[in-house]
Amino acid sequence: MDVMPKWAEVILVPLISLVLAAVLSAIVILAIGEDPVEAVNLMVTGALGSTYGWGYTLYYATNFLFTGLAVSVAFHAGLFNIGGEGQAMLGGLGVALACLFIPWPHWTLALLGASVAAALFGAAWAAIPAFLQAKRGSHIVITTIMFNFIGAAVLNYVLVNLMRPPGSMDPATARFPEVTHLPTLHDILLPLGISFSRSAPANVTFVIALLACVLVWFLLWRTWLGYEIRSYGKSEPGAKYAGISPVVITMIAMLISGALAGLMAINNVMGEAERLVLNAVEGAGFIGIAVALMGRSHPFGVLLAAILFGFLYQGGAELALWTSIPRELIVVIQALVILFTGALDNMVRMPLERLFLMLRRREA
Amino acid sequence: MTFMHKLLGGAAALALSAGAALAEPAVIFDLGGKFDKSFNEAAHNGAQRWAEETGQTYREIELQSEAQREQALRRFAEAGANPIITMGFAMADPLSTVAPDYPDTKFVAIDVTWLDAPNVRQIGFAEHEGSYLVGMMAGMASESGTVGFIGGMDIPLIRHFACGYAQGVKAVDPEATVVANMTGTTPAAWNDPVKGSELTKAQISQGADVIYAAAGGTGVGVLQTAADEDILSIGVDSNQNHLHPGKVLTSMLKRVDVAVYDALKAGTDLETGVFTFGLAEEGVGYALDDNNAPLVSDEMKAAVDAAREKIIAGDLEVASYYATDSCPALDF
Repeated sequence: MDVMPKWAEVILVPLISLVLAAVLSAIVILAIGEDPVEAVNLMVTGALGSTYGWGYTLYYATNFLFTGLAVSVAFHAGLFNIGGEGQAMLGGLGVALACLFIPWPHWTLALLGASVAAALFGAAWAAIPAFLQAKRGSHIVITTIMFNFIGAAVLNYVLVNLMRPPGSMDPATARFPEVTHLPTLHDILLPLGISFSRSAPANVTFVIALLACVLVWFLLWRTWLGYEIRSYGKSEPGAKYAGISPVVITMIAMLISGALAGLMAINNVMGEAERLVLNAVEGAGFIGIAVALMGRSHPFGVLLAAILFGFLYQGGAELALWTSIPRELIVVIQALVILFTGALDNMVRMPLERLFLMLRRREA
Repeated sequence: MTFMHKLLGGAAALALSAGAALAEPAVIFDLGGKFDKSFNEAAHNGAQRWAEETGQTYREIELQSEAQREQALRRFAEAGANPIITMGFAMADPLSTVAPDYPDTKFVAIDVTWLDAPNVRQIGFAEHEGSYLVGMMAGMASESGTVGFIGGMDIPLIRHFACGYAQGVKAVDPEATVVANMTGTTPAAWNDPVKGSELTKAQISQGADVIYAAAGGTGVGVLQTAADEDILSIGVDSNQNHLHPGKVLTSMLKRVDVAVYDALKAGTDLETGVFTFGLAEEGVGYALDDNNAPLVSDEMKAAVDAAREKIIAGDLEVASYYATDSCPALDF
């Protein structure tokens, strides 16, 4: 029997963790002689106070949604995919190839094609560590981390030597043709009479990310395969006894995970930069781990956590723009949130559980 | 509209109007941060010098993500900052879309020379010429006939440095071997002194006795290990001779600080267009001070100064990696 009611598990634990992180952050800001109230105010207005702020918050959130879902799916199969970074990088390569070398007639088709390419490239990059884990028992944590570096090296080589337009000294591809440019939230919401900021990068990919959330939920909790993935993750011997093949489930879970991470590229590469740059993923693959941990590997939790991290990123950018709080400290604030929600989960959970047990005993 | 919305909207409007009142210049540092001991720090030093001399202030941001490039440009431009100084080639693409939207704002792009934008002052440095000179010195100082080069990432800019260096080495000693390594494939490569140190040791074991570091903060580890192992090193961007007196042969100077200082001093009267600062403009050069004077022989100095004169006069042309995407003296 669960010790805590579900609402406490899902809402109370993360909330208390967040409050603790916020208190500590405030102390840190005070310690360097800045005003924490003003800092919070600036972060909230900067990230959520205008459609411009929301545009950036949702743009970052879209990245984290994909990588967060990627980690979640693998996590349900008991696999720790730390390779979201590399898979998203390779996904970007897939998007760039699809956008640059196929003459698309319309952006919808381009989006579809680029999504398929991104997912395929991401899945392919996850397939090798998955195979090594399934067949050889090489630990997936180690191999996926290593593949991040190999991915970075591949991208570096391809951009500098093969895909860089002649004459440009920037290690990046040419701009994608006009027809592949995705509509931003400004373009989508304008016909509905909502004027959304024109300069914010959030685009139609956010809708796809939401769709991915629903699909992942459906896959994990409403399909045969999802049931197999979850039971394998809960108990490998149990799953084996039930006739579930570890090799097949490891491969399938990692392929889906890699594909989701790869899909992130349609947001940052196709939607925002409209070209592939060397540093396109910039850590979103790792943030995805924190997002999945905080969201308890449930798509809805991942959605909330992704928006929170989007808020932290955009709010942090505003802090960097308008205050003299150094950017290292902004990283500290982000890290405190990760620390409390991810790593120090039990610190909040255990006292809470005790509290609920006490309450229940009194009732009984 | 709920109360909360009104509150937030009001606060946002307040923040924006507060921004618009200040017509300060702004500096956008690249991802390495303003204390990278190299490129961005040079800009920071130039800006600080201007601030101290004039008593004026400037806005700044150290970028943390790619999406912030355009964001920072637009936010500063909307807040009325003028001129806006940007660091690094990666700002070229965002500038090409943002600059036309703010025709009254002047932008400065350092390490960018290929944009078509009337309100951008584009500043390139002839790094290959400066690297050629320090390459000559490396070739003359080397006793083993093998010299090293340690770059940050394998990107065109660093190949440009390496190519000039290798040509300089080969100019004084055609038989010399140039060992070139790159530190990494992720942006962390610009600030990884430990790996810089390991690469230095690896190059020493291959016989290198002079090593040129063009790798941002990673170079600190290269210079340190070279000093510990009792070989010579060459610093980059700023004058790094003082880090290990008597152990750093020279530094390839790239006067980003001067470029930033001049831009801030000119303020809104800034002249736009494409500028390349080479040896003639003293935009690049080699450092000679008390710390390395004992290492630089008269013969060495005479040869390098002669080459410098020839390059300025146009009698000697250092091949640029940028021009041909290839290097006559070094394979990548």
